[in-house]
Amino acid sequence: MIIYGTALLAACHLIGVYLGDLLGVAIGAKANVGGVGIAMLLLIFARLYMRKKNLMPKATEAGAAYWGAMYIPVVVAMAAQQNVVAALKGGPVALLGALGAFAACACFISLINRMESPESIAAARKLLAEQTQDR
Amino acid sequence: MLHMLENVALQNSLITAFAAVGIIMILSSQLSRRLTFGRVHGSAIAILIGLGLAYWGGAQTGGKMGLADIKLFSGIGLMGGAMLRDFAIVATAFEVRAEEAKKAGLIGVVALFIGTVVPFIVGAGVAYAFGYRDPIAMTTIGAGAVTYIVGPVTGAAIGASSDLMALSIATGVVKAIIVMVMTPVAARFLRLETPRSAMVFGGLAGTVSGVSAGLAATDRRLVPYGALVATFHTGLGCLMGPSVLFLATKYFFG
Repeated sequence: MIIYGTALLAACHLIGVYLGDLLGVAIGAKANVGGVGIAMLLLIFARLYMRKKNLMPKATEAGAAYWGAMYIPVVVAMAAQQNVVAALKGGPVALLGALGAFAACACFISLINRMESPESIAAARKLLAEQTQDR
Repeated sequence: MLHMLENVALQNSLITAFAAVGIIMILSSQLSRRLTFGRVHGSAIAILIGLGLAYWGGAQTGGKMGLADIKLFSGIGLMGGAMLRDFAIVATAFEVRAEEAKKAGLIGVVALFIGTVVPFIVGAGVAYAFGYRDPIAMTTIGAGAVTYIVGPVTGAAIGASSDLMALSIATGVVKAIIVMVMTPVAARFLRLETPRSAMVFGGLAGTVSGVSAGLAATDRRLVPYGALVATFHTGLGCLMGPSVLFLATKYFFG
């Protein structure tokens, strides 16, 4: 049933965020440390495990995949509630600080990504294509 | 009669948000096809429209939640809020190929650290250049350049004044918007085409909203890899901001 997939997603989300809170408390950060990241890892493992045990019929997959597909619409809604007025009011300090940070990081990103070997890129391209077919 | 329709929309705010976003998406895909012949992703246009609506909403109401401050569109606040955003991000992990994620594990961690320290240095440097010379101000603004959550969390932890906090958030939001908008444009320069590159991007660009939106507008399949690393970014930033980074700033400029 489709709800099984959604419930699995929900369980991973809740457990992940909880563990992230625990991690944050444990290391003294006043924030959740990677809760969503942990949730994603849990979901990845759950899916691998359930696929192996044949517990993942199409309907169950759809229950989670639907919410993944809702991702872009959710992001659009998120963009629509940003405090753009304040961001623009922040003026030169905010603008230059943000632009500078992005430009510096972009250079690092470009540098590191150029170090990826062509074989690795080709293999990844193939894998991504399979990922699309999976959907 | 129109009043009754408005009431229905108001009382079913989340449903109204679904309809509104659906309309934005149709409009964006048409604009993408007819105006840019597919060169600019429909999702990028949709996000830009979203930001434009956020500005309009903020200008109309003087509130902090963009379009969601307008009563008719209050459901946008739920649909795009942290809960559903995180839920949808986690869901994208469903398609992740574990081998790809494992391959980039170490480089992702390296990217995370560089992506926390470098923006901080730039932000604090810009603050210094504009006359903010005390360590608390420099740290708070520098933390804002990491992400718009790390900024205020750090500022609150070290006792920054509310206008510094606002400046910090503004810096972070502008950065998120720049990442959202510039990522598809700079995708070729950034060599964004493999899961590993997306993870490096996630670690260095940091802002989860920016990374996920930017990747969504570049190549949707890369979203989970970038988001996976980016979500640890906030935690690391909140950890290092009030501690290591603040102490270092105090040491050099205190």
